[in-house]
Amino acid sequence: MEEKELQIECTGCSLGYEGETVVSGVDFKVHAGDYLCILGENGSGKSTLVKALLGLKSPNSGEIKRGGGIGAGEIGYLPQQTVVQRDFPASVREIVLSGCLGKTGLRPFYNSAEKKLAAKNMERLGITDLAKRCYRELSGGQQQRVLLARALCAADKILLLDEPVTGLDPKAQLDLYELISKLNKNGITIIMVSHDINAAVMFASHILHIGGQKQLFFGSKDDYVESPIGRSFILSEGGDIDE
Amino acid sequence: MSDMIAKLQYYFTFPFVQYAMIVGLLIALCSSLLGVTLVLKRFSFIGDGLSHVAFGAMAVAIVTGITNQMLIIMPVTVASAILLLRTGQNTKRKGDAAVAMISVGALALGYMLINIFSKSANVAGDVCSTLFGSTSILTLTKAEVWLCIALAAIVIAIFVLFYNKIFAVTFDESFSKATGVKSDIYNLVIAIITAVIIVLAMNLVGSLLISALIIFPALSAMRVFKSFLSVIICSAVISVICAGAGMMISILLSTPVGSTIVTADIAVFLIFWIISLFKRG
Repeated sequence: MEEKELQIECTGCSLGYEGETVVSGVDFKVHAGDYLCILGENGSGKSTLVKALLGLKSPNSGEIKRGGGIGAGEIGYLPQQTVVQRDFPASVREIVLSGCLGKTGLRPFYNSAEKKLAAKNMERLGITDLAKRCYRELSGGQQQRVLLARALCAADKILLLDEPVTGLDPKAQLDLYELISKLNKNGITIIMVSHDINAAVMFASHILHIGGQKQLFFGSKDDYVESPIGRSFILSEGGDIDE
Repeated sequence: MSDMIAKLQYYFTFPFVQYAMIVGLLIALCSSLLGVTLVLKRFSFIGDGLSHVAFGAMAVAIVTGITNQMLIIMPVTVASAILLLRTGQNTKRKGDAAVAMISVGALALGYMLINIFSKSANVAGDVCSTLFGSTSILTLTKAEVWLCIALAAIVIAIFVLFYNKIFAVTFDESFSKATGVKSDIYNLVIAIITAVIIVLAMNLVGSLLISALIIFPALSAMRVFKSFLSVIICSAVISVICAGAGMMISILLSTPVGSTIVTADIAVFLIFWIISLFKRG
């Protein structure tokens, strides 16, 4: 099997706010084409880790290295939805196009290459027919597709998804998981923060589990399922850590 | 009807009425452009707070007897805008209280200063016109008109050049930051432009009514239109039409300029609200 390109390497990271450590000893690697699922309870440091991976926050100690042509700002990010967005008057096309903003630099307007990229990504996620629709009138699942298309405009190698299925009905959740899986099979590295252990085990190739201020597990999904911690979480409460 | 037109024609022969019209329409245009962003970012309260700060600064300017009051009002308001933005970002709830504190404080101290130091015989009238802008739009000098035109042109130019950035930062700050967009700088730009607009708009509607000028056209447009660009354009059109109509009505019926414009804005908001009910129907 050919050696896959190393895209993110996190060594001995300790993360937190103003000297207060939320989680320490985080150690993992992400290779091109991986599907990494980051599991952990609320408050376990998942969102802090997300910020660190995006380069918005430096770790208290340890380091996060990017490689394989992934620079700062070249991770496609799907943030959790905010209250502001649910009621936002903007067309789908405007939102997808805004993913290209990082490429414009000081240029005030989008060029034709960026507009084409936006159109291509809308096609890819099957939302071309929604292009002129208003974002706030879409269903939750459609909104997430729009934001995914925007993330793909920003970066086409690696996506970081923060709790992407929150608030969706079961059917829409499954659709979105399958879509993400399809993107992964087409060669896009996926890092997904979640507390849905069932989906993680079903779709991910690797699992990073944090909790109790430290890293509980990192490795392939198959190893996780066999590990004591993996087993205990999968068995408990039908697998949802939070409930 | 022809009476009214004749009356308007007569009034428009006076340069001060022409000045008022030009400045009024430009201010209405500028305030509506940023209104959409301020409303969507939940920054409306900053506009309100700043207008009170501007009143306080104007009181200081009156007391010092400086001829060009803008020299004091503009820097103070811009500085407060930056300060308010910072506190508002740190902790949402404390930010609210900070705005309330600064704005009410500025209002109280401003009135106190004018009362103690003013040499004018009609203090109550002065204060009233600063708060509700009854006459200051009609007493603009040619230099002030040019200053307003220049500032308005700068605001519009910045808005057009930064349009896509403002959109991205308004819609999703965390995503913008993650893709390397310097959202803090654009927030700062938004705050500074807001401050400039508020200082300009004080002339037209007075400091208490500025928020209305910023908020109503945006809220009306957002009820009906579905893309960001169309909302912005619609809100600009509403704002300009309401300002123009309000000023003409106030000439014809001798009503206070500021309140008449805001009343027109409220009427349009109600109309758009009803339209949106039917559309959803």
